[in-house]
Amino acid sequence: MTAQPADTRTSLTTVSRETDVPAAAALALGDDALVLSHRLGEWIGHAPVLEEEVALTNIALDLLGQARVLLSMVGDEDELAYLREERAFTNLQLVEQPNGDFAHTIARQLYFSVYQHLLYGQLAAGDGPFAPLAAKAVKETAYHRDHAEQWTLRLGDGTQASHERMQRACEALWRFTGEMFQPVAGLDSVDWTGLEAAWLESLEDVLRRATLTLPEGPRSAPWAAGAGRQGVHTEPFGRMLAEMQHLHRSHPGATW
Amino acid sequence: MATAAAQHTARTPAHDARGGAPDTDAHQRAFDAAIAADERIEPRDWMPDAYRATLIRQIAQHAHSEIIGMQPEANWITRAPSLRRKAILMAKVQDEAGHGLYLYSAAETLGVSRDELLDKLHSGRQKYSSIFNYPTLTWADVGAIGWLVDGAAITNQVPLCRCSYGPYARAMVRICKEESFHQRQGYELLLALSRGTPEQHAMAQDAVNRWWWPSLMMFGPPDDESEHSAQSMAWKIKRHSNDELRQRFVDICVPQAESLGLTLPDPDLKWNEERGHYDFGPIDWDEFWQVIKGNGPCNEQRMAQRRRAHDEGAWVREAAAAYAAKHTHDKEARRG
Ligand SMILES: [Fe+2]
Ligand SMILES: [Fe+2]
Repeated sequence: MTAQPADTRTSLTTVSRETDVPAAAALALGDDALVLSHRLGEWIGHAPVLEEEVALTNIALDLLGQARVLLSMVGDEDELAYLREERAFTNLQLVEQPNGDFAHTIARQLYFSVYQHLLYGQLAAGDGPFAPLAAKAVKETAYHRDHAEQWTLRLGDGTQASHERMQRACEALWRFTGEMFQPVAGLDSVDWTGLEAAWLESLEDVLRRATLTLPEGPRSAPWAAGAGRQGVHTEPFGRMLAEMQHLHRSHPGATW
Repeated sequence: MATAAAQHTARTPAHDARGGAPDTDAHQRAFDAAIAADERIEPRDWMPDAYRATLIRQIAQHAHSEIIGMQPEANWITRAPSLRRKAILMAKVQDEAGHGLYLYSAAETLGVSRDELLDKLHSGRQKYSSIFNYPTLTWADVGAIGWLVDGAAITNQVPLCRCSYGPYARAMVRICKEESFHQRQGYELLLALSRGTPEQHAMAQDAVNRWWWPSLMMFGPPDDESEHSAQSMAWKIKRHSNDELRQRFVDICVPQAESLGLTLPDPDLKWNEERGHYDFGPIDWDEFWQVIKGNGPCNEQRMAQRRRAHDEGAWVREAAAAYAAKHTHDKEARRG
């Protein structure tokens, strides 16, 4: 198996607009937001309490908004979302993981939102092409992060059953977290080592307050070979895309 | 204004505490006067038990409709054909959840909790609008629901903004603003399809064909068969009859369908110069009652999904409650 990007991806350079935006970075960040937004959208109508229908949808909408800005920096947002094949997506494997129970969704959101909040904080502080977007997104992600932290506390320090579920969820998704800190081409100003240290510190703190233990397993697997950022995904992602892209692809050239 | 203030005092139960034995007749007179004067009844005012029960029943059914109504449209969120449409649809379904929240809160002012009402929904003792027992078969159904179902809801609900019960009336003001966005967005979605490829146009027409008659049924049975109408009108909970509202809706939709380039599936639909309204064909009330009784295409499915979400969420709600209890103890311990 090779971790090389599929051929479909090279065609993207022809889609790219003539700007200073590093296309690979815009796609990586855009795909993260697009895919996680989609997963959160799957919760709508199934949430454990009415307030969470509203909260999860809020997060999904913020992420979709970010995705649209980022993908539009590279090309047509709908072509990119609906007409790329699985191997051309460069989102983290973490964000494509199925929702699982509410604890899995919260663990996934905690891992990602802390990362995204720290990353956008750095990007907002710089003067690169992503600074304006990051300045807005960092406020949104602060809310996402707080939402995930609050639920981590409630589930971790709630009942015995919720504690066990939350601990299991944290363990199950832990191996997808190492990938977040591999440098993304085009985000040269980011201090990835510092980001990882800050992320770990924050996770240790939240999990401790939630009476949970920091998972001890490896944070990336050798066979992942750079994983999502290289266009290598997990099996459930193909099904997610099949559902997401089906209608758009059934009507080539139509406008909606 | 002085008389209004005096009436208000008479309507407030606190009066009893000072005045000794409750004087139900005086309360009833004050209540009747307030209704006659088009004043708002507020949660702390005295109100007849039947008025309270009617409001609880209606607000609960309305709240349940908002949350069950999320399902048919959420069915298309993961398949929305463009990111713009996906964002609009997610925001719309989120609004409906918000409407549910406002309405359960309005019901709480009458002394019933959201949990009690949800129990009644889940056990089938309370209903939701039958319209949501129809399936969303294509993407165009999302547009048809916005245009017709939200459109019918607005026609029903705008008069409720003047409903005699204050908290309900105020919730409706917020809700109606959002519903009119939904209606416009649905119309605009259908317009894009109608002007799109032949396949898209056909999809739009098919959806309108399927949703038109059920939308007309949303106004409830004809006036002579409507069991709660007369009393609700007297209490100014309801301001117009079912048939009046239905006619108003038809009159609004016919020209809109023309602008959409779509037809309505009723050969009897034509302008009646004398009445100043559109005439329309007979409604299949048999279908209406069948769906209400539980035999519609999606009754089972909607209730099953609702109960599943609630049951699977039980451990989450328990965790939140346990955490809140511990947290409160912590705070008290620190204070003590
Ligand atoms: Fe609504
Ligand atoms: Fe609506």
